[in-house]
Amino acid sequence: MIVCTYDKTFEGLLSVVFEAYSRKKFPDKLLAEGEPLPLFYDEAISVSTDPEKSERVWNGLEKKLSRGGLAFLTQSWLSELPEVDLLLFRYIRKNLDAPVSLELNFGDPDVLEVSQIWKKVGQEKSRIIQFARFQKTADNTYLAVLEPLYNVLPLTLSYFKERFAGQCWLLYDNKRKYGYYYDMKRVSEVRFEQEPLWGVCGKLPEELLAEDEKQFQQLWKSYFKSLAIRERLNPKLHRQHLPARFWKYLTEKQGG
Amino acid sequence: MWERISGAMNENTLEKLKILAESAKYDVSCASGGTTRRNRPGGIGSAAGWGICHSFTEDGRCVSLLKIMLTNHCIYDCAYCINRKSNDLPRATFSVSELVELTIEFYRRNYIEGLFLSSGIVRNPDYTMERLVGVAKELRQRHRYNGYIHLKGIPGASRELICEAGLYADRLSVNVEIPNEQSLQLLAPDKDFASVFAPMRHIKQGILENLEDRKKFRSAPRFAPAGQSTQMIIGASPERDKDILSLSANLYKRPTLKRVYYSGFVPVNAYDNRLPALKQPPLVRENRLYQADWLMRFYQFTANEIADDAYPDLDLEVDPKLAWALRHPEKFPVDINKAEYEMLLRVPGIGVKSAQLIVASRRYGKLGESQLRKMGIVMKKAVYFITCRELPFQTVQELHPEQVRRILTRPSGSRKQEDPRQLKLSFEEEPHDRLYLR
Repeated sequence: MIVCTYDKTFEGLLSVVFEAYSRKKFPDKLLAEGEPLPLFYDEAISVSTDPEKSERVWNGLEKKLSRGGLAFLTQSWLSELPEVDLLLFRYIRKNLDAPVSLELNFGDPDVLEVSQIWKKVGQEKSRIIQFARFQKTADNTYLAVLEPLYNVLPLTLSYFKERFAGQCWLLYDNKRKYGYYYDMKRVSEVRFEQEPLWGVCGKLPEELLAEDEKQFQQLWKSYFKSLAIRERLNPKLHRQHLPARFWKYLTEKQGG
Repeated sequence: MWERISGAMNENTLEKLKILAESAKYDVSCASGGTTRRNRPGGIGSAAGWGICHSFTEDGRCVSLLKIMLTNHCIYDCAYCINRKSNDLPRATFSVSELVELTIEFYRRNYIEGLFLSSGIVRNPDYTMERLVGVAKELRQRHRYNGYIHLKGIPGASRELICEAGLYADRLSVNVEIPNEQSLQLLAPDKDFASVFAPMRHIKQGILENLEDRKKFRSAPRFAPAGQSTQMIIGASPERDKDILSLSANLYKRPTLKRVYYSGFVPVNAYDNRLPALKQPPLVRENRLYQADWLMRFYQFTANEIADDAYPDLDLEVDPKLAWALRHPEKFPVDINKAEYEMLLRVPGIGVKSAQLIVASRRYGKLGESQLRKMGIVMKKAVYFITCRELPFQTVQELHPEQVRRILTRPSGSRKQEDPRQLKLSFEEEPHDRLYLR
């Protein structure tokens, strides 16, 4: 078994591909730097990320794969699932070796699995777009706090930028502890040194909210309540469409 | 907290919002996609791309638009409607500025995709329509709002007002409500088919003329870019499913009609003896009608194939596609590795996406059962209707449609224990010829 350690970034993975081809040794296991090695192995290779090498692999992939196929790679990477890197490594290798593009061969287990992960990440992206709720703060910034299952905030930015172009907003991933701030011109990544003011529950203290924020929350909550038709209540369907893990940050699911 | 409220809001707004949401909730349309209104500098929002559901009510319906009525005062007395004149219920009317502010503030917080505005009839259809158009105009012109707007076309409204509405709205809809003219006249004496179909025709003409204009001038403003839709109430009148589906099929033949919605009748006016007494809304029937509607729109089925004179109502026990397959065992089994896409679509357990996956993948090699399962095909159903790389399973040919139906409709607990390959002999009193020659 060949083990390969690298820095667990996407560029790093591309460098691993480069090294594997140049040494003609293809790893069976990918580990982070410093992670304990398995008990038995034949060879351990440590790869350091080299932008030039990564770039060459990416250019090679651009020739082999369509834009959709490339999105398969980058979007699945954001799933952060354990061993997704090894799966993507195999996917890249299969595509580079094949005389024709394999990206539509869903009979191949790796191609199918990548497409399924791609789909799951895409679904999470849509859910973030659906269920993000902005609260207006005293300085007119709109704040939305979320805990996505996968690291999908980067995928949602184009939506929020287009739709909320006329207001400053901050999208914050409370699990991964980073966010994106839009200042009506551009979007930039933000991290805080201290625990942000909204804490684990994602709610700002009332004195930091805009004057009318509580009222609009109240209006929305009562609107939501009036909308349900009692004769048709269906809690199972409700939970299926609106998974309970989002309720914590949803205005309309807060009591009061 | 209400003393701090801004702009057009006041302490009555909350009460009005509750009343008018209650009145609007029985309209089921919620689509917010299929339009191309992008954000422009200085404007608010955009409606480009697919519709997004921002929330789901506790009955599991999507909340995409602020679905609300301008007023629930109404001069009509339609038997099926909660807002009919003779009902004694709290009535309210929004001012234009209240409604505009609510829409924009909800929109900015990502609660909604836009506004779906309807209204009770006040004074006459034109007066009502004019007020609906007024709200849309205010949003678009004064506030440069680019989010989605769905306006209700009021039956009997004039052509000019419908045309003006089309300039501001993304979608217009006129509800048929009752799928048969006589029943409609019985339940809604103030309406007839002509008053419903005339505005629909105006919308169609508006859209088609606009398409011609846009060929000449790229900058011509769009007219209702998301087309029109309509709604029928199911179970308030004696129509059979075949009548409903053939009306839908006829409506879909008209260009610009994008969706027909089916709304299981909720007995809101139980005292009216023109209406059937229902314990609860016909939810299963409604679901089957939606499935049939899907078959017509995406699976290339015709209305006649789904329900005809021999089978005038949809089977409530199995979905319409499976019901069709069981009525047509001669078309099966289908060879996954050879069959046309159109035929794959007709296999129970294969959807549009899986059919596309199959067509794309089988060029690389023959597909087997485990691959199909992984692609998301519902093998529990499909297995009786297909052959693939493996030796054929017992299909609907070897078994019998009746037996396949029995296996598939058995309560899920007992399904596991029984081996479908095991021939099950029936020892019921019922003679076999009656069982099989249906």
